[in-house]
Amino acid sequence: MTGSIPEALNTLCAGLVLIAAFAMVATRQVQGVIRFFIIQSLLLSASCFLLGYSRSSIHLFILGVLTILSKVIAIPWVLRRLLPVDYYERREISQVVNIPASLLVALLLAIAAEFLTGSLVTHVSDPMIVVNVPIGMAGLLIGAWALIARREAIPQLIGILAMENGAFFAGIVIANELPFIAELGVFGGVILIVIVVGLLTRNIGETVGTTEPAAMRELREAPVSWR
Amino acid sequence: MTHTIAYNVLQILFVMVFAPLYAGVLSRFKEIVQSRRGPSIFQSYRDIWKLFHKDEVISEETTWIFRFTPYLVFVTPIFVATLIPVLTDYPLAFAFMADMVGAGFYLAFAGFFAALAAVDTGNPYGPMGASRTRMVGFLAEPVFMIVFFTVSFVAQSTIPYIVQQKWVASAAAFFSPAHILLLIAFLMLILAEGGRIPVDNPTGHFELAMIDESKGLEYSGRGAALMKWGGQMKFLILACIFLNVLLAPWGLAHGTNAGAVFAAIPQILLKVFLLALLLVAIETSLAKLRLFRISEFLGAAFITSVAAMVTSIFPGV
Repeated sequence: MTGSIPEALNTLCAGLVLIAAFAMVATRQVQGVIRFFIIQSLLLSASCFLLGYSRSSIHLFILGVLTILSKVIAIPWVLRRLLPVDYYERREISQVVNIPASLLVALLLAIAAEFLTGSLVTHVSDPMIVVNVPIGMAGLLIGAWALIARREAIPQLIGILAMENGAFFAGIVIANELPFIAELGVFGGVILIVIVVGLLTRNIGETVGTTEPAAMRELREAPVSWR
Repeated sequence: MTHTIAYNVLQILFVMVFAPLYAGVLSRFKEIVQSRRGPSIFQSYRDIWKLFHKDEVISEETTWIFRFTPYLVFVTPIFVATLIPVLTDYPLAFAFMADMVGAGFYLAFAGFFAALAAVDTGNPYGPMGASRTRMVGFLAEPVFMIVFFTVSFVAQSTIPYIVQQKWVASAAAFFSPAHILLLIAFLMLILAEGGRIPVDNPTGHFELAMIDESKGLEYSGRGAALMKWGGQMKFLILACIFLNVLLAPWGLAHGTNAGAVFAAIPQILLKVFLLALLLVAIETSLAKLRLFRISEFLGAAFITSVAAMVTSIFPGV
């Protein structure tokens, strides 16, 4: 298979997206998780630009710019502004399973994703679809696993966003002509989710002293000052 | 036939001559980046020269294993140097004696004897370091194997000369996820096997924290020189496998005349020194991991290599 340069660079992006997904599961620090999320989003927008170039679609370029604006700039900024320093700079995220086991599960999910989508893309001739769909699927499943394996709210939020990244990575190659307003709505929604979850986390953390949802099984009727 | 044998000998000489230089350059780069002066890049040669001229002291309690090991540690990298492309991109006379799996096993064989020799002395630090190297070794082994499996899936072969042509066949193959993941996994493996910083501190002189160094603690004189030289050659060999087989065969000699092969020497040196810059960047920006975090580091390498294999088996690139 002799591909053109944008296609080759797109496969490079795909490999790095997968690595970023694994790294998000492997890292212990909240800041590290956010950093890898930023890297993954940058790669995602790079893939958008490359795809837009090879299919000569202005739509995909706009999507790439929107990704950078929302996921690379807005979301990290919002998180940094909303969260107290001690949540943002936590070094040991509390986990349900330890990191090696967690990585193994992520690996199994990646294999499952390749296996499931492998039969879908065998008859497709477009190399970008062949590369992006399995890895997007893997990113989605690994993001879901990060959501399950982490106990704290902020890494879980990043897990949701990583799922969204994975779905987006697969989505751009299959349906590159979505109604633009729908995409815009998704990006606005993502930022809103971050603001809401961030605010909620901050207030819960200040009241209860932890951001672990599991620790909040018993709701108490104590007076809460919602600022 | 004769010229390929001659080039094979030249490859061996290249590895023997430049391995201490590579170690010296690596440590000098690192010292400069950390704003110190550091020893001269030729210090490793002086160390080896000095050790060869010193008397050797061997404990009466040791067995033949202790005396035999330095020679084995010294010879196995030379043997591997005949199998892999160091200077030329076409197979030389002995290239088909063994494939990459074989090369990996020869290096592991020397490591096994080095661990035995460390236990042999009865020095308390030796067995401790040996058990740690074994821990790193058995965690690194599956990564080695999976890397070779991936290579064999992609190139339908594990002969390094066939593998190296596969990645540069097309841009899509070079940038394929399998290739990128494979490179990262093997780089992590080099750090672990070479005793570099996230796993082990090569400049540490504190016996309790040593992993790789403690195996040679009991050696003196010629034995120490051979162990040291052998270790440096092993590191250069790993760098050559990484750069020439797995990354790309750039800079290797195409032609069969002697001029082309000699012209490859500075290009390969440039390549390994660029890798040294990358290693220095890794070593200065990371801290040494706690012992039980090493399993996580190599676990991550394993995951990366399996991901490489998966993306290469299923329809991708």
